[in-house]
Amino acid sequence: MKLITAIIKEEKLDEVREALIAAEIERITVNRVSGHGRQQEIVVQRGKTIIPNLIPKVQITIACNDEFEDLIVDTIVTTARENGGTVGDGKIFVQDLKECIRIRTGERGGKAI
Amino acid sequence: MNTAPSPGRRLIRLLPLLLLAAAPAMAQGSDPVPVNDSGATAWMLTSTTLVLLMVPGLAMFYGGLVRTKNVLGTMMHSFASMAIVGVLWAVVGYSLSFGPNALGGLIGWSKGLVLLRSIDHTIMSTGVPEYVFAMFQGKFAIITPALIAGAVAERISFKGWMAFITLWILFVYTPLCHWVWASDGFFFNMGAKGAIDFAGGTVVHISSGVSGLALALYLGARHGYPKAAMSPNNLVMTLMGAGLLWVGWFGFNAGSSIASNLDTARALCVTQVSAAAGALTWVLIETLRDERPTSLGMASGILAGLVVITPAAGVVQVGGAICLGIIASCACYAMIQLKNKLGYDDSLDAFGVHGTGGIIGAIGLVFFIRDSWWVEAGQKVAGWGVMKQLMVQLTAVGTTILFSVVMTLIIAFIVNKTIGLRVTESVEKTGLDHDIHGERGYGLANLN
Repeated sequence: MKLITAIIKEEKLDEVREALIAAEIERITVNRVSGHGRQQEIVVQRGKTIIPNLIPKVQITIACNDEFEDLIVDTIVTTARENGGTVGDGKIFVQDLKECIRIRTGERGGKAI
Repeated sequence: MNTAPSPGRRLIRLLPLLLLAAAPAMAQGSDPVPVNDSGATAWMLTSTTLVLLMVPGLAMFYGGLVRTKNVLGTMMHSFASMAIVGVLWAVVGYSLSFGPNALGGLIGWSKGLVLLRSIDHTIMSTGVPEYVFAMFQGKFAIITPALIAGAVAERISFKGWMAFITLWILFVYTPLCHWVWASDGFFFNMGAKGAIDFAGGTVVHISSGVSGLALALYLGARHGYPKAAMSPNNLVMTLMGAGLLWVGWFGFNAGSSIASNLDTARALCVTQVSAAAGALTWVLIETLRDERPTSLGMASGILAGLVVITPAAGVVQVGGAICLGIIASCACYAMIQLKNKLGYDDSLDAFGVHGTGGIIGAIGLVFFIRDSWWVEAGQKVAGWGVMKQLMVQLTAVGTTILFSVVMTLIIAFIVNKTIGLRVTESVEKTGLDHDIHGERGYGLANLN
């Protein structure tokens, strides 16, 4: 099992989510997060240019069985990329997932995902 | 505004216009110069303020109903109207609406009213400075195009919107306003006592509602509609907006008497009752049909009740106001169900509530008019009755619908071919706030 964490641009959320649903990946968790990488977002307020310290992003977390890893990663990479790839498009982290438990039934492992 | 001023009042209101139109021979020579009535003026100043309060109220109402990514863009539609019409009205809007007949009564016009120059010293016969009346009317002109925004939310471009409402005010609102409310207007003098539109059933609500529908059909549905869920981002804000609209509506309706007297009290009273009856009915329908009374239902019912009583507030009594409020909520609820079946994208139900409620009110009021009104009408035209007034109302409503739809489509076509009216699909997906305005509505929810 894998735990996939993707950090993407907030405005890309709808597109990514629609693409995931189209690929029948329908069990996801979404968070609003802030952070900084190499992207500089310039905001103009009352004619003054401001560079915020932390940029809002959206984090998508998906737990999946091993065979779905590539499909999910590819779907996110193709849809979250802006204009063929710009600084700030985000990152995807893939980790091994030790255990998964469905609370309702107490099922464990791959069938609980 | 007052649908039944005495002939003397009308003439005195016209007097300065006639003088400026270089036709002093037509004016009656020896009318006493009106003096300022501080009571009436104070109430009209208050009403003017209350009606302006409805615009941010509407911005909050609509802003709460769209998705998070469009909250600022949607609120900007209302505020843009304050900015554009705020200027446009003083420059030419008031002259086009309340100047004497021009182009065969199609529009009003008085050169002196441009920039409101000729009313610098005018006190109207009701004892109110004409500046107050002009500003009061200006607030109506501001809120009317803002109402249309609900039909085309989340997909119209800001530039396109600015151009559209500018043209819409000049070519739809001012002619309608002139026909219905100017003392020499075509509807104002129809039948025994004119087409009844106390505070804007035809001019404000039907015109904006059907224009919204036409524009929504012209633009097409939002990307993903109706399959994708498009949930309101903040119903708390929507409820606050509905509350502000209800409060502001007392200025809208009771202020439309252009006085501070019995007519004012009657209008205020029926406005309160109809809004409450509408809210109650909508919540009741939801409880019976869907088992859950929703806050959005409460807000919608309030609006339906307020819209329906707007044309009727000068002529119906409390019983009629309750009936109209109930009928309006049932009709608007049914219209929204019909919209869901037909699948057109009147995003925030500008037509569903304002168009439907306005039409129900302008026609339905005929059956609830107080007896003394019929007596007065009978004195002017013998045998004036329900059917005859109904025909007058139907003519006014029908003309308003036809005129608004045709003109809106022409304006939409022109703006679309020149400036562009709809944002691209990618902007729509990203959201108006980020792409058009470079801002986000709820920045504080993120650490920075």
